[in-house]
This record gives sequence, structure tokens and C-alpha cells, in this order.
Amino acid sequence: MNIDSIKNGLVIDHIRAGSAMRIYNLLGLDELDCTVAIIKNAQSAKLGRKDIIKIDTVTDIDLDVLGYVDPGITVNVIRGGELVEKKQLSLPERLENVLRCRNPRCITSAEPGLKQVFFLSDRAGKTYRCLYCEAKAEK
Amino acid sequence: MRNLIDIRELTTDEIASLLDTGDDIMAHPGDYRELCRYKKLATLFFEPSTRTRLSFEAAMYELGGQVLGFSEAASSSAAKGESVADTVRVVGCYADIIAMRHPKEGAPLVAAGVSPVPVINAGDGGHNHPTQTLTDLMTIRREKGGLGGFTIGLCGDLKFGRTVHSLISALARYDGVKFVLISPEELKLPSYVKNDVLRAGGCEFRQTAADLAEVIPELDVLYMTRVQRERFFNEEDYIRLRDSYILTPAKLINAKSDLTILHPLPRVNEISTEIDSDPRACYFRQALCGKYVRMALILKLLEVTK
Repeated sequence: MNIDSIKNGLVIDHIRAGSAMRIYNLLGLDELDCTVAIIKNAQSAKLGRKDIIKIDTVTDIDLDVLGYVDPGITVNVIRGGELVEKKQLSLPERLENVLRCRNPRCITSAEPGLKQVFFLSDRAGKTYRCLYCEAKAEK
Repeated sequence: MRNLIDIRELTTDEIASLLDTGDDIMAHPGDYRELCRYKKLATLFFEPSTRTRLSFEAAMYELGGQVLGFSEAASSSAAKGESVADTVRVVGCYADIIAMRHPKEGAPLVAAGVSPVPVINAGDGGHNHPTQTLTDLMTIRREKGGLGGFTIGLCGDLKFGRTVHSLISALARYDGVKFVLISPEELKLPSYVKNDVLRAGGCEFRQTAADLAEVIPELDVLYMTRVQRERFFNEEDYIRLRDSYILTPAKLINAKSDLTILHPLPRVNEISTEIDSDPRACYFRQALCGKYVRMALILKLLEVTK
């Protein structure tokens, strides 16, 4: 299957197979006017199968969200048809409006207008906690 | 401008300084009588409380200040659906400092984010209660002569008991404090407190569901807590667990002669009234410390010095 290569844009690569639509939604890519290609179950030497998202424009994307969903993802920046930057991701210290606190005693359950903020409490265990009530994030 | 939302925001030196000031106020109350003249404390209590609210109010009055506020959500604009942030922005126009209790965890943090005046967390759900912790620390320091090198038993509701979580966070920073966590299985200390505070701090601790009489001989401090009806969604669970641990004179038979018995109060039945006259019962002296340490905190956050 052929997908046109992009001149100026982003390639989100090494997405765990099956996760592309989640990332598409989390990054709000449906709001872009440019061409966005989602490639599912592509062959990968590293992962066996992987998903790829190609975005036909250089736009700001929330690397923190990607880092949370899968720090193994790489983001390639293409300009003039050339790879100019490969961004490595890591678990972000803070996540805003990515997760929802499930603790019924948390203030966010009573005031839905509040920003949902989680902080990284344990990098090794990939544990995030609600900034307000410290409840552990449910994945 | 400083707030106090979580006891972990205070350095060990700052805690020592607050306790020193509390002790000094207790010894020389006259020196502090006018320090907050023309200042106003707003007590925003979205949940009922007796001693915390009254001790804040007494603290401000004894500093020469004045108090305004409400004692339940029903008599505030929260009943009309006003957000915590809006309430605090408005009250911040009328008061110099705010003490807030709220049943929802994190509400004082939200308040501190928008308030034009210092905010003190006076208890948020089952989460934090830093001024109770300062009270506990002041009492322990006065009774034990220091804040390290003792074994403390925490007994009862260790799951929802916010006073327990805050106290453990504070004591974990002192050397030689051993923790014995005594509770029924359903009310065990949450794993995040065990992992992030006790294990991360290298503290010695053990959990037990044993009878109080069995563990009491090794304790220097016993911190009793109430199983709180308001933390349960299910009345049956509350009734089943309410009577898990009750301290009676019989259970004190093998206790140390200098044991310090603490309770954040109010108690229901978890400490028999027969123990009130025992010199080891320190919970009413603890309530007194609460007023003085809150006076010290108000002075610190208002940046008022003697």
C-alpha cells in the first residue's frame, strides 16, 4: 500500500499496534485541515507490528500526551522532504486534561469545570496521581 | 504570600519555628494579644466541625483580630452552586486570611490557586489536615521532649483518617520514629502513603490487625482515631467497623508508664471515658495545643512578628 511521502510535516512512528486512533483523538488531530494518514499494523523490525500517523503539516503537538501514552513513540519532523529532527519522548512530569480523576471525594467530581491535573509520582512505576486528591490514575 | 495546604510544604526548620512560637504564646499570651488587631480571619467551613473551627476562631480572637465566615455549606453560596474558586475570590476581598474545611479533597488547593490572601487547609475530605498535624507535633514534642526516637502506634481508621496521613508524612522526616499501624483490613493505610512516605523515607513500620493489648507494651505514643461515619457510602460497613478498636483500662495494663495517648477528637467510643483521668491521656491537652499552634501559623502566614 502506498501513502504519499510528506514534504513538510510530522511522522509519529513506533506507535503500539492498535493505539493510533487513541492518539489521533487525544491529540485532537480531527481538528486539522491538512491530510492526516493513519497506518495500522505496519511491519516493524522493532515491534513486529506498529501504527504510524503522518501529518502533512508541521504543527505543535502535545508531546507530553504522547510520552504518557507510550514513551517508545518517536516523532519525526520533516522539512523539504528531509528528516530534520527526531524527537524522543519521556514520561511527562504533569498531564493536563488527559486523564480524569475517578475518586468521588475529589473536588473535580463536584466541579467539572476544573482542569484535570495529574503529576508523575513514581517514574519507575509510571504512576500518576491527581494533583488535588492524590488518588492514583486508573489507566 | 504563603498558604498551608499540605504539611509537606513546611520545612523541618519551619515546623520547629512554629512549635517554638506556639510554646512561647502558651507561656506568654499577653505578648501576643494585640498582634492581629484590625486583621480578619474568614472561616469557610463547608463541613461541620467544632474544635477546628472554634480553635481557629479562638486563636484569631486571642491575637486581637476578628472573625467572619460560615460553619456549613448550607449557609453559604455553595448551596446555590457557587464554585470554591468564586467563593474564595469574594471572601478574599473581605478578609486577610482564610481557613477552609471542605468535604471534597483538593478544594483548599483550588482555593489557594486563586485567593488574594493566604489560605489554610482546615481539613479536606479524607486527604490532609495540616493544622491538626501541627497540633499533634506540638503535643508530642511537649510530652516527649522531642520529635524523634520513639515508637508510635496509629490505631483505627488509617484509610480515611486524614489526620493520620498528615501526621505520618510529618513524622517520617524525624530520625528514629517507628510506626505500628493498627487497623482492621478494610481500614488499612493507603498504599500511596506506605510507598511514597514510609518506604520512600526509609522508615521502619509494620502493619497489624492484632488486638491493642498485644502491641501496646512497645508504644511510646498511641494515636487513636475515630471511624468516621461521613467517610462511608454504606452504613452497614460503618457499623461493622466502628467498634474494631476500643481503648479501655484493661488494655493499658502492660503499657509504658510514660505512654502518650493522643486523639484528634471528637471521639465516639474508641477511648473509654475511664481513661480520661489517667495522666497518660493527653487528648485534651492536645486540643489546647491546637489553639496555640494555629495562633503561631496565623502570625507566620500574615507575616506578623512580635
